[in-house]
Amino acid sequence: MLQATAKITDAFLDHAAYLGGMPAVVVEDLRVVRGGNVVLTGLSFAVGSGSVTGLLGPSGSGKSTLMRALVGVQIVAGGRVEVLGLPAGAAALRRRVAYTTQAPSVYGDLTLRENLRYFARLLGRGRDGVERAIAMVGLDGLGDRQVRTFSGGQLSRASLASAVLGEPELLVLDEPTVGLDPVLRRDLWATFRDLASAGITLLVSSHVMDEADRCDRLLLLREGHLLADETPGSLRARTRCDRLDDAFLALVEAA
Amino acid sequence: MTATAVRVLQQLRRDPRTLALLLLVPPLLITLFRYLFDAQPQVFDRVGGPMVGIFPFTTMFIVTSIAMLRERTTGTLERLMTLPITKLDLLLGYGIAFAAMAALQASITSAVALGLLGLDVKGPVWVVVVLAVLNAVLGMAIGLFTSAFARTEFQAVQFVPAVVFPQILLCGLIVPREHMLTVLRWISAVLPLTWAYDGLAHAVAGGNGGRVVRDACIVIAVTMLALALGATTLRRRTG
Repeated sequence: MLQATAKITDAFLDHAAYLGGMPAVVVEDLRVVRGGNVVLTGLSFAVGSGSVTGLLGPSGSGKSTLMRALVGVQIVAGGRVEVLGLPAGAAALRRRVAYTTQAPSVYGDLTLRENLRYFARLLGRGRDGVERAIAMVGLDGLGDRQVRTFSGGQLSRASLASAVLGEPELLVLDEPTVGLDPVLRRDLWATFRDLASAGITLLVSSHVMDEADRCDRLLLLREGHLLADETPGSLRARTRCDRLDDAFLALVEAA
Repeated sequence: MTATAVRVLQQLRRDPRTLALLLLVPPLLITLFRYLFDAQPQVFDRVGGPMVGIFPFTTMFIVTSIAMLRERTTGTLERLMTLPITKLDLLLGYGIAFAAMAALQASITSAVALGLLGLDVKGPVWVVVVLAVLNAVLGMAIGLFTSAFARTEFQAVQFVPAVVFPQILLCGLIVPREHMLTVLRWISAVLPLTWAYDGLAHAVAGGNGGRVVRDACIVIAVTMLALALGATTLRRRTG
């Protein structure tokens, strides 16, 4: 067992070297059981720093559970989850890792600015950070509007603004583009790209395969198993499919 | 924790209807009470003063249950649990905000009761207001704890008849405890509102400061216990 773990760790170190630098996330044999059902069945993977990793899979595949495990709010049954060199959920990570849940977790009865100022105060950040975050997600001019009057797209961007506010090193975003029109989705992915080039590591979940092409790396999850952990290009080559949707199907059928 | 207190007060300010209900319903009810017992002013004098201090318990119980339930169901609590805030900070933030609201509520209610309705309070009014604030924080702490057992706002509201009504019936406000059946008196002895009422009744009557202090200490101790239990329901990690 120990030897096996050592082997896995070696594999990860190679993987990390390949990714160029320390991985932001290392997961080894992660198992999660919820209500007697095994949701994650011993996942192992690493996420490189400063990259955009897409976590894709149908709803119910365990994406949200995996993200919750990474930010340390999920009770896990076994395995190791290391984030920025620390165990997931460590108190020191609460300033370095930011997370948005699938439902926009902001206070609907407050204005956007009041929401962001609250989260900024908890993070020990000033007001200029609030204005920067508003601009970054393209909600300029809406700062003084009550968040509950926002459209779905504005809401998820408000939630994203609360996450980027603390200038985290790792951003974990659960389905941030769900229900957005194509233009907004494109803009948001451009924002993710900008954040990654600034050195931030992003893990973004989606159940829309066409978003997979915008990622540096893909994790394909189905029924708690990892079907793939590679670049979109290598996934295409391996499955000999042009469309990633077909590649996913090919993997499901092969499994 | 001041960040959270400010945020909770901002939320209340954004909800003028709730604010109006919080601040205007108690004086209206006490006015109703005054004229209901128009023919028996001694009843109003006995019950009116303690009522000033019991309203905040009920209203803060309701407001906190719903507010905390919303934190749990909208995902904001999960976000907070990934941020650098301790559970104590969060709980104290709520406590400070609702204590401030309670002070305002009790001041308005007692101003109406004493100034307009001629309520006769023998003890100092500020003691009644301080006890009202303590009761509000007690209501908040119990509401916070019970909200963990509700999944929807419908359920949370049902905790009012389940948790608050029996305490109001048994605390001595309606029937003095010494006239109760022994079993009911025993039950009332373990209900926190009984001691809150006892302190208020003695404060209003203007005698026995030691008894008021003792009752206040019981209320504070139960509040701490409820807050500690409430803190255990705020988990960073959940299934």
